[in-house]
Formats: sequence, structure tokens, C-alpha cells
Amino acid sequence: MHAKKLIILSVLLALACIAFMTLGAKGSWSFLLVFRGTKLLALLLVSVAISVATLLFQTISGNRILTPSIMGFDALYLLVQTLLVFTLGGFTYVALDGQIKFLAEIGVMLLAAVLLFSTVMGKGRQDLHRMVLVGIIFGVLFRSLTGFLQRIIDPNDFAILQGASFAQFSSVDKDLLGLGILLVSACCLIIWRLRYTLDVIALGRSNAINLGVSYERLSFVVLVLVATLVSVSTALVGPVAFFGLLVTSLAHFIMNTHRHAILLPASMLIAALILVSGQTVFERILKSQSTLSVTVEFFGGLLFLLLLFRGKMR
Amino acid sequence: MIEINGVSHNYGKSKILQNISLSIKESGITALIGPNGAGKSTLLSLMARLQPLQTGSIMFDGHSVSQTPTRELAKTLAILRQDNALSSRMSLRDLVGFGRYPHHKGRPTAKDHRAVEEALDYFDLQDMSGRFIDEVSGGQKQRALVAMAFCQETKYLLLDEPLNNLDMYYARSLMKRLREIADTGKRSFVIVLHDINYAGAYANEIIALKDGTLAIHGPPQDVLETNALQTLYSMKITVTQHQDQLVALHHL
Repeated sequence: MHAKKLIILSVLLALACIAFMTLGAKGSWSFLLVFRGTKLLALLLVSVAISVATLLFQTISGNRILTPSIMGFDALYLLVQTLLVFTLGGFTYVALDGQIKFLAEIGVMLLAAVLLFSTVMGKGRQDLHRMVLVGIIFGVLFRSLTGFLQRIIDPNDFAILQGASFAQFSSVDKDLLGLGILLVSACCLIIWRLRYTLDVIALGRSNAINLGVSYERLSFVVLVLVATLVSVSTALVGPVAFFGLLVTSLAHFIMNTHRHAILLPASMLIAALILVSGQTVFERILKSQSTLSVTVEFFGGLLFLLLLFRGKMR
Repeated sequence: MIEINGVSHNYGKSKILQNISLSIKESGITALIGPNGAGKSTLLSLMARLQPLQTGSIMFDGHSVSQTPTRELAKTLAILRQDNALSSRMSLRDLVGFGRYPHHKGRPTAKDHRAVEEALDYFDLQDMSGRFIDEVSGGQKQRALVAMAFCQETKYLLLDEPLNNLDMYYARSLMKRLREIADTGKRSFVIVLHDINYAGAYANEIIALKDGTLAIHGPPQDVLETNALQTLYSMKITVTQHQDQLVALHHL
């Protein structure tokens, strides 16, 4: 039954991809293929990064309403970026090689995320209220620090920073695409090998240790993977708060299972389906009158409220 | 044999366990009793390496819990804890199946499936095995968790209040099952029990903790004794005899 659902999702995604590439195509195909192809690739990459990061985060934090972005991961990434521009200066920042810069940002991000979140996640795991509180405080802290730095920064630097941090689905940073694919594939490979262990980790710390899983070491590994995936997706398209939540909730709802071997591909496919078909509708039918991220966030936010009110999801 | 040597444990300034040393024999049921806050659950979770040892050592058949790899220990000892908040969506059969994880690491063989079915049969869960854990009662979930620990097939089982949420019928039938398993001589149980009559009726040995120290360690007849129980629980308890069974009248 699960396999059938995964096949249906794959077929739908394939159709969405074909529609995205061909609808309203005018002009030379050699240009279109490269232009739309890069965009499609970026959309798929972001889908994978966000859905996997959210699912993993929910597994190690033991609940289904928190996501990396609610806990302030992408705000942390923007803070790291702002700090780099602030300390190096705009011209040095621009002069740096894009990929090296990206790797450096991920490095700093990993360090900060591990330092901040590993302490919180270890002790507070079963305490959902404390996790939400920490997430809100971290998120606000990172955002206000970013805001503060942007106010005292040199106006030229600020313009550079804006260009770097206000990315969108319609204008993807193409330099980082290759590196992003490399990083996300590496993460996915590790996660796929851990898929059975993740099922055990989802049972909670004491059950996992009882069943012979080195819980502390593995949750550290997972945290590092989540931070990497969030960095890639934030660098490519900027922060998206509720998209991950929307995707994992749908995956749980459709698949109705605890097995990561099914949940992982399912959430990837659902994320890609939403992003690719949504972007097709916005670009081709609505002629880019609105932005996809706003709509996705709107429905994601509604779902978040619904989950909270129903109080069903832990 | 389980050897506990000089184990003390503090949470902040409060001393939970003070210099506990004892050894638990192989095969049989050892009941761990004592008033609330005596340190029973802490001792059990230290034995199951769920918390790091602060001082002292705990050995299972000569293997120290703090030095043996956790995946090896998962084949020697299993623990059932009191609080089991499970967020995953899974059926009782899936939950019980997790008990086999230390053996198959995610790829169950025919032997593992057989062990799960046996555990489901043994604990009367077969007819509800397809139901999801968030749709069954606390007692049914509790029995599934015991079945999960059982099919881990470890030599030692540490159960923290397994009778929680169980009605009289299932409480007695669970204790009878555990007694049967213990009598095969292949497995040993350490069970935290609140009802001393269960401890008296089913255990080979009773360990009583009070205020983090070892109060009594001996066969049931040493513990089911009016003076001993009154000192242990600081309340009036009468012990009488019904046929050849000692019974504590603690509820009157």
C-alpha cells in the first residue's frame, strides 16, 4: 500500500516537472532547457533539504509540531551571514568566492547550531513547552541581532546583504546549486543508512538506549545534518517557516506509518510536488502576480494553528 | 549475576542513592520495593545505563554497564520504564517488534517475526495487535511494552512497575507469566513493585530501599514481617497468614 502511494506521488511529481518545463514555452529550447532546468533543479533540491531536515528534527525532538525554522535554525543562518558581512566588510564579502563563502557560512552555522541546540535538545526533549519557548526566544534573539547589525552596518554593505539574504523561489542563487546538490546528497546518503535507527530514535531516549542505539552520538549527528540541510535551503531560497511542517504533516497523514524508510521518500516527494506545481501555477497561469512562498506559508501557518488547536500532535 | 558496588547518586544537592552495594542472583525474580522517593527507579535506570553512573560500578555477568558498548548490553538486559510517551504512529505489533531491533538492526528475519508472534500470543495481545498505540488503553499498551521487553530475549529484564495500569486480572496473569519464565531458569527479573503482597507471593528475593539506602535484602519471609514493614514504610501494617502465604494488610 505504501509503495503504491509512493508511485502515485512520483508520477504526479513527474507530471508537474513536465508541466513546469513545457507550459507556455516560447523561443529556443536550448535556452529554455537550461533556464527552466536550473530552476527546477533548485526547487527539487530545496524540497529535499527542507522536508528531510524537518522530518529528522521532529524525530530527534520527539514531536510533530516543531520544525527547524520554528526553532530558529534559518534565523541563525541569516545571523551568521550578517555577521560575516559585518566583520569582513561588504567588499571583501563580495570579492570572496561564492562557494568558499557558502562553505564558511555552513561551518559557522554548524558550530553555532551544535553549541546552542545540543544542550537544549538533550534535556528538554520530552518537555514540549520548554522546546517551543526556547525556539521562540532563539528565533527572536537571532532575528533581532540580525536586525541590529543591519542597522549599524555600512549602507553599501547592507545592500549587499539584502541581495544575499532575500532570496526567492523565482530567483535562485545558481552558483551554489552544484555545491548544494553535493551537500544534500551526502546528507541524504547518511540518513538513508540510518533509516532503521531513526525509527528507534523516534521511540525516545530511554527506549533507544535500551535497544542498543548510541542515542547521544546519533542525535548529535542528526543535528549536524539538519543544520547543513537548513543552511543549503536558506542559502538558496531564503527562510520558509511553515513549509516543512506542511510537508511532514501531509506525509504522516498520507502514509500513516512510523517507518522512516517510507516517511523520508514520501515527504521529499510531497515537498517537491507542492513546490514544482505551485511554482508552475504562479509563473505560467498567474503570471507571477503573487509569490509562491507567501501562499505556501499561508497554508502552512493555517495547518500549524490547526495542529495546535487539535492538540493531537505531540 | 548482577553486582552493584558502592553506587551513590545525586540530583543537585539531593542524595537519591547512598552507597548501595548488593548482588542479585541469576535466574528468579527479585522484587525492588520501598516507599516513594526511595531511589528504586533511579537504581533501575542506572542499572540499565539510561543515566551515567556518578560513583561505584554495576556489572552484569562481569560486564560493566559504563564500559560495555550499548549495543552489546541491549542483548544482555532490557528495561521497561514507567513513563513511555510514544509519539510515533504504530501498531502494537510494530511496537513489540522493536524488541527485536538489537538482533536484526532493522532487517527482521523469519526468526524475529516468529519471536514477535510468540510474545503477542504469550501476553494475550494477538487479537488487538493491529491496533495503533494511541488507540488502546493504558493497560493494553503496558502489556505490549512488557511483550516488547520480553521478545528482546535478554538474560536480564528490569521492569519498573510493570503492573501500572493493569487490572487485577491482568496484573495477576502477568506476574504468573513472569514466574513461569523465571522458572525455566533462563531469565532473571528485577521488578519494582508497589504491592508487597505481589512481591511476597512471586519473588525469590526482595530488596527494600529506604531514603536511598539498602534497608533489607532477603527472602520474602524476612520482609513480610510486621516490624520490618512498619519501619520500612513508617505506617501501621499487620502481616497475617493465609494458608501458607504471608499477607500484609496494608490497606486497612
